[in-house]
Amino acid sequence: MSFPWAEQYAPKHPFMRYMDEKLPLPRLVFNAVGGGYPVPRNLNYFWNFGVLAGAALMIQIITGIVLAMHYAANAGVAFDSVEHIMRDVNSGWLLRYAHANGASMFFIVVYLHIFRGLYYGSYKAPREMVWLLGLVIFLLMMATAFMGYVLPWGQMSFWGAKVITGLFGAIPLVGEPIQTWLLGGFAPDNAALNRFFSLHFLLPFVILGVIILHIWALHIPGSSNPTGVAVKGPQDTVPFHPYYTAKDGVGLGVFMIVFSLLLFFAPNFLGHADNYIPANPLSTPAHIVPEWYFWPFYAILRAFTVDFILPAKLWGVLAMFASILLLFFLPWLDKSPVRSGNYRPLFKKFFWFGLIPCVLILGYCGGAPAEEPYVMISQLASAYYFAHFLIILPIISKIERPLPLPNSITESVLAKHTDGTLGDATPAPAA
Amino acid sequence: MVRILGPIVGLGFVGVLLWSLMWGAIAFVQEPPKATAEHEFHKHPEKVDFSFNGPLGKFDQAQLQRGLQVYKEVCSACHSLRLVSFRDLTALGYTDGQAKTLAAEWSTETPSINPETGEPATRKSIASDRIPSPFPNEVAARAANNGALPPDLSLITKARHDGSNYVHALLTGYSAQPAALLKHFPEAKTGEGLHYNPYFANLNLAMAPPLTAEGQVSYADGTKPTVDQMAKDVSAFLTWTAEPKLQNRHRTGLAVLIFLVIFTGLTWMAYQNVWRDKKH
Repeated sequence: MSFPWAEQYAPKHPFMRYMDEKLPLPRLVFNAVGGGYPVPRNLNYFWNFGVLAGAALMIQIITGIVLAMHYAANAGVAFDSVEHIMRDVNSGWLLRYAHANGASMFFIVVYLHIFRGLYYGSYKAPREMVWLLGLVIFLLMMATAFMGYVLPWGQMSFWGAKVITGLFGAIPLVGEPIQTWLLGGFAPDNAALNRFFSLHFLLPFVILGVIILHIWALHIPGSSNPTGVAVKGPQDTVPFHPYYTAKDGVGLGVFMIVFSLLLFFAPNFLGHADNYIPANPLSTPAHIVPEWYFWPFYAILRAFTVDFILPAKLWGVLAMFASILLLFFLPWLDKSPVRSGNYRPLFKKFFWFGLIPCVLILGYCGGAPAEEPYVMISQLASAYYFAHFLIILPIISKIERPLPLPNSITESVLAKHTDGTLGDATPAPAA
Repeated sequence: MVRILGPIVGLGFVGVLLWSLMWGAIAFVQEPPKATAEHEFHKHPEKVDFSFNGPLGKFDQAQLQRGLQVYKEVCSACHSLRLVSFRDLTALGYTDGQAKTLAAEWSTETPSINPETGEPATRKSIASDRIPSPFPNEVAARAANNGALPPDLSLITKARHDGSNYVHALLTGYSAQPAALLKHFPEAKTGEGLHYNPYFANLNLAMAPPLTAEGQVSYADGTKPTVDQMAKDVSAFLTWTAEPKLQNRHRTGLAVLIFLVIFTGLTWMAYQNVWRDKKH
């Protein structure tokens, strides 16, 4: 589907016409990310992060496939095979550091992509399915990243695997059998390492499949935009190519610069030193922490310290999963018809002064040792997190009086420019 | 439905969290967390001005050679370097011949078998061998070290926070226990067979001070072998063993950044050009 004024694919070369008859793959690409996809003309740089997430996934898949050619998933040799990659494989250090820091970059852009969606109301009708599929991708990413971190078989790999699979042990009655079944043993060992490697190789391709669905679902209503106002006519849109391919090119350049700074000049900055110590089941690290991108969830997990009907550990596990699962209900929790946070004064305040600091504080506390005052701070911040989505948002959407919306995207663009023209051949509509 | 159940679930979580917070706060007030000796007396390593610091840093080959000498004459009595091969030492400026000689003359031989009988034996190392470990296994290492296991040093500067500075600080940081520590934390008195060192996480480690006197090794290049100098040299050497491709990484990074800055500049110009006639 597309807007009626979308450019039509018209192959000129006879071969391309032949292809179009037999297998219209070029037509599909043209309509998906080429001139055939009309996009609102007013997107800002926050709309770059979807493409950047796709680029990050590609970097992970390519570096990961080559790493898998040299890595050995066996508890006896895994650690040394990673060091073999670092020392003896041609450019192996580059591949491994690119893959490890690429995971961090992937999460950075995906978090920005998610918060873009949260602020501009991209989860609302008619794009609920886009949001739900995006959350599925996020969950798959978390699983993939977690299993990938286990593969080097360092101390944090081992103890991280033990803690995270231990979460299933909190389930009453069947918890421990489930944990044993997941690990293929009573503690992480060769069986766990092998299955994690297998799944770590599989899941990125599942992610790729869900991304296709995500983009497909997006192309039904078309992209949203910073005003949140629906596209009304041809003057509101520009073709994806060349306009947004050019803009995404700039974003990609900046992304690669940040990635390179990390990769070449601080490759271990985001990692934990303990993971350069081979896994040792007999020696527990002083502080077991996951990678930085899990810190907010780890803080929520550890915030429950008192048994209340259920054991504290079970509360922590339920809350951690709930903190992500509740996002699936967001389109129905926030019923405000206005999408963009720019026109929602109350929502905007709670977003910038409530949610954003709350998530940053949770992230900080999740990386800190489980001591006071960090536990008390995470308890407050976790309480705000749940209150924000489950209590505050539904109330705001009832009582808030949104600012007047522009009549169209074009009108909002014209308001920014004094000469009253759009600058292109399309005539500005009479006011 | 969602709008009814959502707030109920939300109130549930918020309630349990505030309940936890209340009990935590009560415990915090009634019994504030006690200061520990580790918390009060643990020191972070001071920054050393290594040649490989910074985005364009390089190894100082002469320093790495001196560091190897310190490792060989002091550390290698207890600590293995199992990820490093003799042939790798050519990166320190040695020729292939010198690497072979280093291997053949190493104090410990490489484990092998007697080709006639199949009995366990040892043989002289060759360049492709890893540096042999001082002890045949962990049990032997513990038995010779009062139950403590001297860690392998191949990755030590990456396996400790701020590792290069840490190794230097640890080697030079041994001291007597401060009187204030013994006064406030009498139970933290350094135990039998342990040594006080404020840079070690729990302040007391089994390793006796390995670098004790100036001139413990004699450097061929005339550098004065002070304890501080030996500690710096061996930290630099162990940074190389942990990250042998550091220089390669810095150099590649510089080239990649130059390329990317130009690339991004071009994409910016293309972007400006494409959008020239579109207000947005």
